Amino acid sequence: MKRFIGFVRKEFLHIFRDWRTMSVLFGMPVAQLMLFGYVITNEIKDAPMAIMDPSHDTYSMDITSRLTSSGYFLSERNISNHKEIEPVFREGKVKIAVVFPNNFIQQAQRERKATIQVITDASEPNTANILASYTESVVLKYAMSLQKSSGMGIRIEPKMMYNPTLKGVYLFVPGLIAMLLMLISALMTSITITREKELGNMEILLVSPLKPAQIILGKVLPYFLLSFSSAVLILLTGYFIFGVPIVGSIVLLLAETMLFILMALSLGILISTVTSSQQVAMMISMVALMLPTILLSGFIFPVENMPEVMQWLCKAMPPKYFITIVRGIMLKGNGLDVLWDETLVLSGMTLFLMILSMKKFKKRLA
Amino acid sequence: MAAIDIQNIVKTYGEKKALNGVSLSIEKGELFGLIGPDGAGKTSLMRILVTLLLADSGTAAMSGHDVVTDYKTIRNITGYMPGRFSLYQDLTVEENLNFFATIFGTTIKENYSLIRDIYVQLEPFKDRRAGKLSGGMKQKLALCCALIHRPEILILDEPTTGVDAVSRREFWELLKSYKNEGITTFVSTPYMDEAGLCERIALIQDGHIMDTDSPDEIIRRFPLPLYTVKASPMTEVLHALRSFGQAPQVWIFGQEIHFVASEHDISEDKIRQYLTDKNLKVDKVEIITPGIEDCFLWNMRKS
Repeated sequence: MKRFIGFVRKEFLHIFRDWRTMSVLFGMPVAQLMLFGYVITNEIKDAPMAIMDPSHDTYSMDITSRLTSSGYFLSERNISNHKEIEPVFREGKVKIAVVFPNNFIQQAQRERKATIQVITDASEPNTANILASYTESVVLKYAMSLQKSSGMGIRIEPKMMYNPTLKGVYLFVPGLIAMLLMLISALMTSITITREKELGNMEILLVSPLKPAQIILGKVLPYFLLSFSSAVLILLTGYFIFGVPIVGSIVLLLAETMLFILMALSLGILISTVTSSQQVAMMISMVALMLPTILLSGFIFPVENMPEVMQWLCKAMPPKYFITIVRGIMLKGNGLDVLWDETLVLSGMTLFLMILSMKKFKKRLA
Repeated sequence: MAAIDIQNIVKTYGEKKALNGVSLSIEKGELFGLIGPDGAGKTSLMRILVTLLLADSGTAAMSGHDVVTDYKTIRNITGYMPGRFSLYQDLTVEENLNFFATIFGTTIKENYSLIRDIYVQLEPFKDRRAGKLSGGMKQKLALCCALIHRPEILILDEPTTGVDAVSRREFWELLKSYKNEGITTFVSTPYMDEAGLCERIALIQDGHIMDTDSPDEIIRRFPLPLYTVKASPMTEVLHALRSFGQAPQVWIFGQEIHFVASEHDISEDKIRQYLTDKNLKVDKVEIITPGIEDCFLWNMRKS
């Protein structure tokens, strides 16, 4: 036991001495969360808007003020002529133009039908789509309020469950935890073990009375603790900075996190047993772990929309289950009664990888 | 019982035969040198002994423990220093020592008497990272780490490669001192001049042991007179000597040429005469006692 503690102590010294490792462990989680939370977002704020309002009546002005006060749009300029529309788009000054017809109010009152033209810059299709639907909803709301005051109309009130404001961060936090745990646990362990091989340290470790299991556990334990604290760090940042709730049991969430870390660590060990250079280990971890974690786990792209073959592939990816579990616990408050099957699959995968990696770890050089 | 007993070890890497039926027996407390050039199979043999590699065939035992079946025991009683510096460069001298002491279940204090001579040299640098030490210091630290658990057998793979002359001598002085502690030392080196510092040596070439004995005995066994010739121009002298007499052996030795004739009726004067006849400028022709390198080259010819 004393030998084991000595080994773990040494491993911590390696980690704390290497600023690169430290920054990956603690800088990366926060930086990633900030990136996903603030930069990569589907929400749009203060999009520059051009207004062409030749009729300038109460209705058109009401709509304009509702649009600008919605927070989505910022009235960038008023234009008076159709010919001006294209140039402002081309200059990139505005992302959306709202064009009212002449005699807007008269059309609306008399013909019960008035058209507003919404022009968006579809060189960014996503933004264009979102802006158009934002405008639509604002105008629709206004139209309904008009009907309501005249005692008519049907109200549609959509309710978004679990993420009422459709915040991107809610979506990203679980995925980010999965990604970073993969990164820290699998990538870092595979690198640290292959580093011992590459620098020849493994040669003397093997010729010591340390058992292979002690070497592996000694290498892995520090990373287990560090990736766990890293996961907690993400949860805290998510909770306090982005207000991502944890509806379900925190204990269950942390337990599932540990399970996932174990899985990732075993993967890391497995990678290190098949390669003896840090570079290769890094490449394998990056390509074989990171990309599937990001693309095939439902982190960003919903699994349900993928072709069937890809869906099968997704089912082989441990992060998919973990992300489902984390989302279930954090946002829906699910317990084990709902998530037992995902947990079971994840446990099975973990056990399999653990046994495989232990088996493959060699007690000799070749 | 021999401390190290090697019987007919064969090891191949794909097509290449690294060890071709090596047998050696090393006594307890002996300082034994394995002498041979790069690629002769020294590292492979040592790795088999320290249980890092498995031989294709043959057996080996350390202190009576088989290297395959009893590898766990061997890992407890062996101190091993690989050819490449294998300590943790980002840990300090003291941390490295403490680490290796801990994993062998001992402390620096417990075996201080054994490592004292090295440790006093390392102590001024004990807070320096191992990666920042000079080559000689690194090797001394590595030796210290290999000794910290008072092993029965010390296996050192080219410990003096890349070390300056002064440090090399100091290093060998240390090795000699472990004889009194009853530690068997098996050391490999590509430097022929270090062979004389061992009690017994084995000459290895292409996976073959060419000769095993004390350095003096190996030299004594050199069968023919050896001449050293200093003459110029060198290339032409070399050429001329190669066709002098029956199946001569000629090799360059620094600024001089060593020459072995298979006939006994050749003398210094005859060589001098032969070269002068060829219009070559002869500075020196002398009969000398061969060194280990001469023995090595002579043996290579045989194989």
